[in-house]
Amino acid sequence: MNLTLKIWRQKDAKSKGKFVIYKLDNISPNCSFLEMLDILNESLIRKNEEPVVFDHDCREGICGMCSLYINGRPHGPDDAVTACQLHMRKFKDGDTITVEPWRAKPFPVIKDLMVDRTAFDRIIQEGGYISVNTGGAMEANHILIPKPAAELSMDAAACIGCGACVAACKNASAMLFVSAKVSQFALLPQGRPEAKERVMKMVKMMDDLGFGNCTNTYACEAECPKSISRSNIARMNLEFICAKASWE
Amino acid sequence: MAELNSKIPKGPVAQKWSNYKAHQNLVNPSNKRKLDIIVVGTGLAGASAAASFGELGFNVKIFCYQDSPRRAHSIAAQGGINAAKNYPNDGDSVYRLFYDTLKGGDYRAREANVHRLAEVSNAIIDQCVAQGVPFAREYGGSLENRSFGGAQVSRTFFARGQTGQQLLLGAYSALSRQIKLGMVKMYNRHEMMDLVMVDGKARGIIARNLITGKLERYFGHAVILATGGYGNVFYLSTNAMGSNTSAIWQAMKHGAYFANPCFTQIHPTCIPVHGDYQSKLTLMSESLRNDGRIWVPKKKEDAEKNRQGQLKANDIPEEDRDYFLERRYPAFGNLVPRDVASRAAKERCDAGFGVGPTGLAVFLDFKESIGRLGKHVIEERYGNLFQMYEKIVDENPYENPMMIYPAVHYTMGGLWVDYELQSTITGLFVAGEANFSDHGANRLGASALMQGLADGYFVLPYTVQNYLSAEIKTPRIPVDSKAFADAEKKVQDRLEKLMAIQGTNTVDHFHKELGKIMWEHVGMGRTKEGLTKGIALIRDLRKKFWSDVRIPGKIEELNVELEKANRVADFLELGELLALDALERNESCGGHFREEYQTPEGECLRDDQDYKYVAAWEYVKEGEFRLHKEPLVYEETEVKARNYK
Amino acid sequence: MSASLLRFSSITKKIWMALLGIFLLIFLVVHLSINLCLLKSDPTWFNDAARFMGTNYVVKTFEVVLFAGFIFHILLGIILQVQNWMSRPVRYAVNNKSTTPFLSKYMIWTGGIVFIFLAIHLVNFWAMKLGWVGGPRFADGEPNFYQKAIDLFSIPAYSLFYIVLIIVLGFHLNHAFQAAFQTLGLNFTKYSKCIERFGMVYSIVVPLGFIIIPIYFLLIR
Repeated sequence: MNLTLKIWRQKDAKSKGKFVIYKLDNISPNCSFLEMLDILNESLIRKNEEPVVFDHDCREGICGMCSLYINGRPHGPDDAVTACQLHMRKFKDGDTITVEPWRAKPFPVIKDLMVDRTAFDRIIQEGGYISVNTGGAMEANHILIPKPAAELSMDAAACIGCGACVAACKNASAMLFVSAKVSQFALLPQGRPEAKERVMKMVKMMDDLGFGNCTNTYACEAECPKSISRSNIARMNLEFICAKASWE
Repeated sequence: MAELNSKIPKGPVAQKWSNYKAHQNLVNPSNKRKLDIIVVGTGLAGASAAASFGELGFNVKIFCYQDSPRRAHSIAAQGGINAAKNYPNDGDSVYRLFYDTLKGGDYRAREANVHRLAEVSNAIIDQCVAQGVPFAREYGGSLENRSFGGAQVSRTFFARGQTGQQLLLGAYSALSRQIKLGMVKMYNRHEMMDLVMVDGKARGIIARNLITGKLERYFGHAVILATGGYGNVFYLSTNAMGSNTSAIWQAMKHGAYFANPCFTQIHPTCIPVHGDYQSKLTLMSESLRNDGRIWVPKKKEDAEKNRQGQLKANDIPEEDRDYFLERRYPAFGNLVPRDVASRAAKERCDAGFGVGPTGLAVFLDFKESIGRLGKHVIEERYGNLFQMYEKIVDENPYENPMMIYPAVHYTMGGLWVDYELQSTITGLFVAGEANFSDHGANRLGASALMQGLADGYFVLPYTVQNYLSAEIKTPRIPVDSKAFADAEKKVQDRLEKLMAIQGTNTVDHFHKELGKIMWEHVGMGRTKEGLTKGIALIRDLRKKFWSDVRIPGKIEELNVELEKANRVADFLELGELLALDALERNESCGGHFREEYQTPEGECLRDDQDYKYVAAWEYVKEGEFRLHKEPLVYEETEVKARNYK
Repeated sequence: MSASLLRFSSITKKIWMALLGIFLLIFLVVHLSINLCLLKSDPTWFNDAARFMGTNYVVKTFEVVLFAGFIFHILLGIILQVQNWMSRPVRYAVNNKSTTPFLSKYMIWTGGIVFIFLAIHLVNFWAMKLGWVGGPRFADGEPNFYQKAIDLFSIPAYSLFYIVLIIVLGFHLNHAFQAAFQTLGLNFTKYSKCIERFGMVYSIVVPLGFIIIPIYFLLIR
């Protein structure tokens, strides 16, 4: 395959970035998208140019580190995969591919296609946990959890924290990410004691960090590589209403 | 040089850990505040240790090279975590888990460590459930178990095919809580470059801020390395791209011994290599072997035709198929342990029966089980894996047999540690895959997660405290002291040396070359000649690397190529040690298979007389290592040959 | 006032948006039922209804609530939108191609168009009622809304304008209905499909009801 790549290059957080066009020939359709970028980088280094910087690590779709906005979609044109599991056979010979970093106020660009997503960590630090110290746990089977609740909780817990939901949302809202964590714990009896505090604190931090508001367009759900459902957002809204209503 | 004192407590194996805890020294709460602990790595072991120390009241600094602690590669573990709960009432016990793990490791692990691991396994499950890890449940609401390779009982707890992810997120949430409380300070996008020693003790690290490229100094009364395994020395592996050996390798240069480096686990069910540009191998869960049958064509000409794309798998008649695992191991069949299955697949491919475009693949066929159970059952059990396979290979595994091939997956070896998980450097502790302690020569499925969390939640909080009890009078050492300045200078010099080369080839080029040498000469079937040749090739490549690598950019900026070069430089040294250890170990056991040492049927031939020891290597200088042996004593168990026939 | 609105958390703002939206959805049904009286050739039905709405104290109180509702709904909508624009200071070069319900992305625009319509509507009827603008009146001086409606609908351009804007209102309602339930957290049960379908029906039937009237006047009368 012969491709034209239009890639966002930005020296550092403070610099102004721009798109740079690269031509790439003889790419195998079995190549993954990131391997295609590896090939580009290899050629750039050989030409004494700076390689394109992008985040990636596990390359098997679970660590959540890769974060590329490809042709107008986070993680590119395939559904329910991360960019590292996107393969070039999803493109056509001669295509022009535009690659941009995630764009959101709380996700500033660090360099080229790499962005800072510590905002997500800060939201989790507000309450994305159950407060139990090591060794302070009771026998596991003393907590019975109905299978359907456990399954729903697992659906929500599958979130990999990549930020595609924020990147896809026209408002750069983090509601899907936050609601997935809130839901995971709201559905389990272990999570109930702190449920009110959790949802209020996490939402507050989400707002303070400058994420947008949810306007129920569901682009987040459509682009989530783990297909996290929007019903989690509804669940979080209800949790929030109940918490607000009964907060003392 | 330090003596190899494993510090195993006295008493019967089942009471050693209780005895240890009963007699160890503790630190009182007001003193805990005055003590700093550095943890490197945020995987299961690192995150759980940091969270636990924070809860106890110590000051913790934790480092990871990724953008968030949640990205550590523990997240990729699929299958599950073992524990001796015996919920299914099928005869499990702490002793049986201990015994299976020891036997699975081909009797090359320490009894006392493995028993402790089995003992704390149940508390791990309790802890994780309390944290909100959504384990699979029965309809009654209790926890569900499944079986896994190498065991006759169902003791594996799981959260779909994402157990590692869920356990890591559990540890990450506990860590996040401590970060919020101010007990743990998180340093993301920071890579440890060197260990700082003061008066013979580990007292801090030099870390590179990966965004600014600047070197930073951090002090700790104790340093814990939880930096994972070194499988990426093979370039292609199931490890994450950033997984590296640098932290433990730098520690080794300061006097930590490296134990059993040659014990590397090759996982049988990975998606085969398909091109030069490939950066990574994808694992398919071992659970697939529960319902899939592994085969190659019986006739060489059929295999040849398949390789050329002229004959499809489905067109090969039943009588012309060789279900080689079922043929060789009628008792365990497709469910033999990982090392056995991997070697058998390699043997067939080497003999010319391999399939697929490269000839380096065997079939994993679900036709029979789809016929027996129905497609929906297979879909329910393995739907996500089948989908993943289709995304990567672009072939429907419900209709065509999958193609699989073994790939490097886990390294049982690592820094030598005593019973307290302390290395030969005082004050330097090593946890998780980075140490060598619990898996012997081969790790059983669902044991890695167990070990990582055992070390972090339930072992280090005791043993490190025992060490720190003697450090309460040690004041915080200022980082502008000479020891820190010297260590930083050393790192700076090395980085400048790397940058000054400005040769012609990229870092990846050298890494790939190293990977090829390792896979060919130090891979699944090792020989004396091959290993000797491998060592020579690695030395040669290392020389080339230091004269011909090209790294663009500058040191004091975000420079991914420099990060990679620094890691590959260490892999180039480790590769040699791995080969050397393999060459020295004249036996076959677990993940180490020497072709000279096999039974007439092609099975591992262990030599308990001469090699029942831990090989702990001391770094002398580049390319020169000194061997120390820790004899393994088995008091509780009888050392037997593994037999899966 | 807007300062305290700004201090609301994102979800609180959304909840108010949804509650006010649902209130307006109900109001629309009441409004439609009165409008449908226009179809009756005997004007007394419509005039009686209009007179009742104009004089009953309960209704008059609700008029204030209704106005407040509109204002808050619009104000919140604008605040949310401005915040949303601010949360992505650097836009993408390639427009988003995610699969989303088409109309959901344009709520601020359809809302804005509906607002223009609302303004014209208020000038036509409410201002007339207050006597700020002229218009047909009964002998006792009360405004004759029936005549006013007939006057307006007899202008084909106005009818067309009316129809087009009611369709835009329909677009707004189409997304609004299920979004309100989603925001109030009532959308994750097995009834969510029902809500979605009901919203769809609502957003077609109510605008259709409004549209029938000008068509009736244009084609039949």
